[in-house]
Amino acid sequence: MSVVAIPHTAVRTAPRNLGDRILRGVLRLAALVLVLLVAAIVVEMLCTALPAMHKFGWRFVVTSTWDPVAERFGALPFVYGTVVSSLLALLIAVPLGVGAAIYLAELAPAWIRPPLAFLVELVAAVPSVIYGLWGIFVLAPLLRTWVQPFLGATLGFLPLFQGPPYGVGMLAAGIILAIMVVPFITAVSREVLLAVPNTQREAALALGATRWETTRMAVLRYGRSGLVGAILLGLGRALGETMAVTMVIGNRPEVALSLFAPGYTMASVIANEFTEATSDLYLSALIEIGLLLFVVTVIVNALARLLVWSVGGPVKAIRE
Amino acid sequence: MTPAARRGINIVMSGVAALAAALVVLPLLVIFGFLLWQGASAVNVDFFLHLPKPVGEAGGGMANAIVGTLILVVLAAALGLPLGIFGGLYLAESRDRRLPWLARFVADVLNGVPSIVIGIFAYTVIVLPMKRFSALAGGFALAVIMLPIVVRTSEEMVRLVPSSMREAALALGIPEWKVLLRVVLPTARAGIITGVMVAIARVAGETAPLLFTAFGNRFWHQGLDQPIAALPLQIFAYAIAPYDDWHRQAWAGALTLIGLVFVVSLAARVVTSGRFTGVR
Repeated sequence: MSVVAIPHTAVRTAPRNLGDRILRGVLRLAALVLVLLVAAIVVEMLCTALPAMHKFGWRFVVTSTWDPVAERFGALPFVYGTVVSSLLALLIAVPLGVGAAIYLAELAPAWIRPPLAFLVELVAAVPSVIYGLWGIFVLAPLLRTWVQPFLGATLGFLPLFQGPPYGVGMLAAGIILAIMVVPFITAVSREVLLAVPNTQREAALALGATRWETTRMAVLRYGRSGLVGAILLGLGRALGETMAVTMVIGNRPEVALSLFAPGYTMASVIANEFTEATSDLYLSALIEIGLLLFVVTVIVNALARLLVWSVGGPVKAIRE
Repeated sequence: MTPAARRGINIVMSGVAALAAALVVLPLLVIFGFLLWQGASAVNVDFFLHLPKPVGEAGGGMANAIVGTLILVVLAAALGLPLGIFGGLYLAESRDRRLPWLARFVADVLNGVPSIVIGIFAYTVIVLPMKRFSALAGGFALAVIMLPIVVRTSEEMVRLVPSSMREAALALGIPEWKVLLRVVLPTARAGIITGVMVAIARVAGETAPLLFTAFGNRFWHQGLDQPIAALPLQIFAYAIAPYDDWHRQAWAGALTLIGLVFVVSLAARVVTSGRFTGVR
């Protein structure tokens, strides 16, 4: 095989023009800063959380004493509150969000899709603190006077629905969270469904399937992993959501089985106590909770991204 | 299954999906209704022009918080936009091997990091060394939240620029950097502005990262190294306070904030409508 000698300069990929080199450098720097920024977040939080990690070790996440005066910190009630409120939210939000996405991407008449998609975007744009305000003054009283007495009377034999109806508490937090994450799940699921190739639909329709059968057999099955990713993105949102939850969950660091009881989440305890943390260890313990939250949401989001990318490809930004 | 039964299932499932879609947007209408009902009565000229009154005195407004939010957003934009737009341009145009993939992944992950964690980060890198809550720390936290949104939308918009435009410019002998800055970027401008506005709408309503960075202030802006008021912070403080008058002002503040967010979101739509068919 004969190899034609190519002058070295011709295959060089680096631009020769000075302006090109400068712009390349600046752009690369911007991307590097982005990557370094996230690295800095990890390092900063690790460093400040270190004293608490050192002192409490793994017991931090499995003990439930939260006593700033005696400087004994266990984050179990917050972890519990975060997990339960988020799961409750998903329980409500997943069927609604996926259903709405199916309607928007597959079943709705064409004229209704753009305005409806825009409305869903607006639901996502409402600031958290406004959901919280509405939660305090509208949702909590509603739960206290109507919903909780009713649930207590009909399903009161379950430990989930026992105890006095305060209004604020785990149930209120779950409902507010569901309202807040459902537009994300809808929007991402819709993008996933739109990324399913049309040949899938055409094949099913050509065999005589109805629209719903097409959706169920050809579209949903193809986009399954992407939909799981969409749900995980919603979970990531729910885990880290702060203001609205802080305003309606009742902020009591206890592990209670009942959904009527007040609870506390990891994000809320940081929001409430960060500026009041008087000692270094107290602050360090709060930052460790933040670090935990960070690690968990990063894992959930990374997993979600990979699943969503598996359907749509990484290049199309799926906007939240 | 008979064809009639299959058609029936089709209709039922379409109805169920439509119901789900209706339930998803219902809270928007309900909340907006409550905001108008509760907030409109408390919105008046005083609300937009006056400082908060001391506890126990009726009246006063949130003028300082509205100004504070504007200052914080401008600060965040000044810090976050150049980096975000250049980052997006890099992701769309670079032929490097690993860095674009990594940066894209990092941007998406950063997008999912809870805003309160960003607040902690801003606290440890700015508030602790300065020993003081400040507008600067708040603006920095908001900039970090904006960054991934701007990066990803800029990337998407730059990719939509037809390669024939690049090729035409390059064929004329224009160096690549000029092609990027003078041909590609201006062509993608409308889309990038949309991304910027979406990001601004998002950070304008952020509360959690400001709790221990901007901190809030009951007076006018006193310099970037001092605590500063912000509309979402004020709404939060008033909502959890035990005074009826403050509750009314919280509703009014919420109405103002949501008006601001919706106007920016709508403007973002108008900017791109009809420019690129690929933009949603």
